[in-house]
Amino acid sequence: MIHKALQCRGVTKTFIVDGEEGGIIKRIRNRKNRFRAVDDISFTVEAGEIFGIIGPNGSGKSTLIRLISTLLLPNEGYISVFGNDVVKDSRKVRRLINRVTVEASFFKKLSALENLTYAARLYDVPIKEAREKIEYILGRLQFPTKKLKEPLENLSRGMQQKVAIARALFTRPTLLLLDEPTTGLDPRSKREVQAFVREAQSEFGATILFTTHDMEEAESICGRIAIIKDGRFVALDTAEGLKRLAGNGSGKELTMEDVFFILTGEEWEGKEDKGEGEVMENAGVN
Amino acid sequence: MPALIREIRASYGFVERNFNLVKRYMGWEVVFLFYNVVNTLTIGLIGYATGDMELVLFLVIGALMWAFLGVLFHEVSESVAWERWEGTIEFTFMAPIRRITMLLGTCLYAVIYGVLRTIVVLLFVLLFFDLGFENANFLSAVVILVVSSLSFIGLGLMAAVLPLISPERGPQATHIIQALILLVSGVYYPISVLPVWLQPLSYISPATYTLRMMRSAMLEGASLNTMGWDLLGLTICGIALIPIGAWIFNLGELYAKKVGKLKRSG
Ligand SMILES: Nc1ncnc2c1ncn2[C@@H]1O[C@H](COP(=O)(O)OP(=O)(O)OP(=O)(O)O)[C@@H](O)[C@H]1O
Ligand SMILES: [Mg+2]
Repeated sequence: MIHKALQCRGVTKTFIVDGEEGGIIKRIRNRKNRFRAVDDISFTVEAGEIFGIIGPNGSGKSTLIRLISTLLLPNEGYISVFGNDVVKDSRKVRRLINRVTVEASFFKKLSALENLTYAARLYDVPIKEAREKIEYILGRLQFPTKKLKEPLENLSRGMQQKVAIARALFTRPTLLLLDEPTTGLDPRSKREVQAFVREAQSEFGATILFTTHDMEEAESICGRIAIIKDGRFVALDTAEGLKRLAGNGSGKELTMEDVFFILTGEEWEGKEDKGEGEVMENAGVN
Repeated sequence: MPALIREIRASYGFVERNFNLVKRYMGWEVVFLFYNVVNTLTIGLIGYATGDMELVLFLVIGALMWAFLGVLFHEVSESVAWERWEGTIEFTFMAPIRRITMLLGTCLYAVIYGVLRTIVVLLFVLLFFDLGFENANFLSAVVILVVSSLSFIGLGLMAAVLPLISPERGPQATHIIQALILLVSGVYYPISVLPVWLQPLSYISPATYTLRMMRSAMLEGASLNTMGWDLLGLTICGIALIPIGAWIFNLGELYAKKVGKLKRSG
């Protein structure tokens, strides 16, 4: 049987709201005081797809990716990565995935090389091989070689982001989870990361889940794109399909940004004619 | 078999990483070591003032052993808090290794580091005091060191879970545990001087047995077969505490993943 790269069925994640309201007792009593960060999400990603997720801040993108990464347990629903349940077979899943996040997650005083050596040990890549791959990836990302031995805290945010991308790519994950990998990169490096993503797909058949706040980027590299709002998918289609949906038959030329505003219902004064309302009701979600 | 080799290599990754961290935080290393040496010498001098060389030995062994066990406990129990502080906790937890590999790697580092540090402090002590260890049974001492490490690693694993489930309070709680063990285990005084209501606690602390045996080995040259029940008890305690510690750690991890406590912020 051939498994789907990623399958989510009715996935829900709630967090207890640590608001101003009262002490522990009150909070425990008030079980309803839960916030749905991911709310009944279902979708399937085929092997080799580049699947985009876009949505406003706090809409649940990173939470969804953490659920897939086995870093959070869902309250409801089922997630599988190539047929492996992320809860029951979490170690098998962890073998198949790697993740890049917006926040740099490194030992700050260690150098890029030391951090990457640690990663190579955990992912069981021989050090020599790891080093060659890393130098190749970082070279293409215009990362100065002499900075490899400096403590990471001395590097700029964008440089740290490049190290994070190299750390995920050199392990050749089957499912690559990229949570805003290009945020904070200069235009050229951004292009280079996009090229790497396409190569990962074409050269070793990686499946990629990609979130970004750059609408053009989403359109140019993602096969299908889901739009998430308040923990729910409000639309899922190719960029073309989303444009048709948002245009609602008006035949108007829309940019991805227009689509984002229309489908998430976010107000933006600069835009006049929005077709909000009509297309909002979970349109296009499979 | 290849799977086992892979896990062993990964656990070496933790040792290597931590020694790299030691190198990068060398300034602090020197400070800790300096404090450790001075502290041990000061405690030895308390005995010296009484003119009783036996007491000096008693105190110095207490200080050395406490420093060693403290390093073990601290390195293991703080490993999670440290990774949370660095922001690497999610990276480490989603690596394709068994959790026990991560824990044992951390413990292995703690033992190596603890031994190295204790040796350095011991060298300073020997330079400073004219201590006669001519009675000492070093073979017994090494065995006791190994056996007691097991128990302290187990305790460390249990304590490591606290920062996992409570990012703020957890690290505070681990220090309280360490302080309590110091109080009840007879590190610098015989347990008999403790208030009667506190004494039962000393019986459940593995450090009590460790210190008692270490002193009889180093001061009286006691061999292992004279230590009987203490040694057996400590061995069983260590063999039991490690799996229990790992099991509790697993529960803590599940809880953290349920409520979203793994993340650094939030
Ligand atoms: N561990 C957690 N504990 C409590 N609340 C959380 C936790 N993780 C996320 N949340 C909440 O869940 C919601 C979704 O957060 P998430 O990080 O998934 O958003 P996002 O779509 O990735 O946003 P951004 O575009 O800003 O990265 C937010 O309101 C956030 O505060
Ligand atoms: Mg996010």
